[in-house]
Amino acid sequence: MATATKLPPAAGARPSGKSGPGRAKRKNLSAPLTAVLWVIVAIYALPLLWFLLSSFKPGSELFSYPLSMIPREWTFQGFVDAWERVDFARYFINTATVSLVTTVLTVFFSACTGYALAKYNNKGTRLFFVCILATTMLPTEVILNPTFSVIRDLGLYNSLAGIIVPSVLTATGVFMFRQFFLTVPDDLLHSARIDGASELAIFFRIMLPLSKPILFTLAIFSFQWRWNDYIWPLIVLNDPKWYTLQVALRSIVGAENIDWPVLLGASVISILPLVLVFAVFQKYVLNADVSAGLKD
Amino acid sequence: MANSTLSPAVRPEQPGSPAVRSKSQQRRRNRYVIAPLILVGVNVVLFLVFFVWPGALGLIYSFTDYRGVGKLNFIGLANFQKLFADSTFYAALTRTFLYTVLSVPLVYVSSLGIASLLVSKATRGRTAAKVIIFLPWLISPIVVGVIWKWMFGQDFGFVNFVITTLGGGPVPWSSNGNLALMVVIFASAWGGTAFNMLLFIAALKNIPEALLEAAELDGANAWQRFRHVILPGIAPTSFMVILLSTIHAMKEFAMIQALTNGGPGTENTLIVQYIYKTGFEQSKVGYASAASMVLMVVLLAIALIQLRFNKKKG
Repeated sequence: MATATKLPPAAGARPSGKSGPGRAKRKNLSAPLTAVLWVIVAIYALPLLWFLLSSFKPGSELFSYPLSMIPREWTFQGFVDAWERVDFARYFINTATVSLVTTVLTVFFSACTGYALAKYNNKGTRLFFVCILATTMLPTEVILNPTFSVIRDLGLYNSLAGIIVPSVLTATGVFMFRQFFLTVPDDLLHSARIDGASELAIFFRIMLPLSKPILFTLAIFSFQWRWNDYIWPLIVLNDPKWYTLQVALRSIVGAENIDWPVLLGASVISILPLVLVFAVFQKYVLNADVSAGLKD
Repeated sequence: MANSTLSPAVRPEQPGSPAVRSKSQQRRRNRYVIAPLILVGVNVVLFLVFFVWPGALGLIYSFTDYRGVGKLNFIGLANFQKLFADSTFYAALTRTFLYTVLSVPLVYVSSLGIASLLVSKATRGRTAAKVIIFLPWLISPIVVGVIWKWMFGQDFGFVNFVITTLGGGPVPWSSNGNLALMVVIFASAWGGTAFNMLLFIAALKNIPEALLEAAELDGANAWQRFRHVILPGIAPTSFMVILLSTIHAMKEFAMIQALTNGGPGTENTLIVQYIYKTGFEQSKVGYASAASMVLMVVLLAIALIQLRFNKKKG
């Protein structure tokens, strides 16, 4: 920062980049830079493409040399086997239930908490803000065993509720809403108060509708976190009938002899819903003004 | 809950009789204490039940030889003494540090590099490129592990196929510990780039164009512009990306479970997997909790060091 401010404020010294040496240089650089970018894109896409195309190969072709990028024979057998033989339909429903319910709860309670932390400045809310900050320093991975004891003592062991309830509170969600509500002018609040609206009515009727963009962004993030979560289901679930996709996938890949056709099919199935969500709500993710601690 | 901290706009009141004032004070109290209390209530309870309680329990466990059932039997610092003499614990901890030290710079450089290319006006097809590079964000750590295991399979993987086709010998990606760690590092960079790239794109877009053009007019070359204008401009984002990636790498678990399961043997067992194995598979809860406490102290130390470093630079 310090270095940046030392430079002369030359705004308007030249109409931005319409002509001059910068423009010409940019043109010269355009081809090589574009090439570099697309080589990188290819490197990032290759593992995914290879994996995706492999999932359409029959089991006999998966390991037969020479390998070919495009399946010689297209089949859906891997998907069908994964869906029927490994009971993937059930895991799919379990995961969807957990993700949807947790997301709704997370978004709602994060909005409430974020609003309270932004608009009511007293000792209590300030203290709780520090507490939430502390949770980012104490990830579940650090307290696996005691968390298991707590879940067990609460009677949540081996139930979907055991995954849902502890995941509702996320620091990121609270911070996102707090950050947003800090930008909402207090005047709005004061005039609503003068008009005699109750505190909770102000929140539900005025503030919550205002925060719609944040609501969507957090919903997508939360859905992704929960859909892909592994560690909570791992410690909470024991009975295979409650397994989520990630735990089920791990039990396939952790087996002595990996059933690759099923594993590939199952993995691709597990990705699809998120790809769908992303395709529809892309702009809320890619254009989100992702700031403070948006990672869980 | 002192009234003095309430928002000032509501403070001025008509000087009334004491009775009236106390009644209105009562109402104000209701408004500004009860309402936020209702709003944060659920999360406060969740915080107490799922952070404070297990945190305290973990601390208590670490001083006992608890094995998951029965009474707590305090054994003082014995767990920690044993831990600091345990070579498998050290192996897991140093492997974790090595993994972190290698993977964080890779994630940082790749996400910043890609973000710069995507912000630069010189490149073509930026939107499509952004979407493709972002795709790994959608994929769970477990599936990332599966994808890379499939790519780097020793006898069946695509990479070894290409190498042998080009005339090389098959590379022992899974039976050589260091090569296996390398695959894990690649996989983590592949999976971790997308999100950090978004953070960097936002930061880079916030650097005023005028600043860059002024530097260019003053004769600064591309590297100097990057070094003295862009890098200081995105310093807060850099700090956040490094901090988050470091903590993320220190607690890496799911991806490795799928990719190598800590193998070959136990060579690449990282610290969280070590804790999971001792705590759940061998049910040495007390001992695992002691290891968790060490991990927590390490995480706190990392955060504090980076915070300090950041402040000094700012």
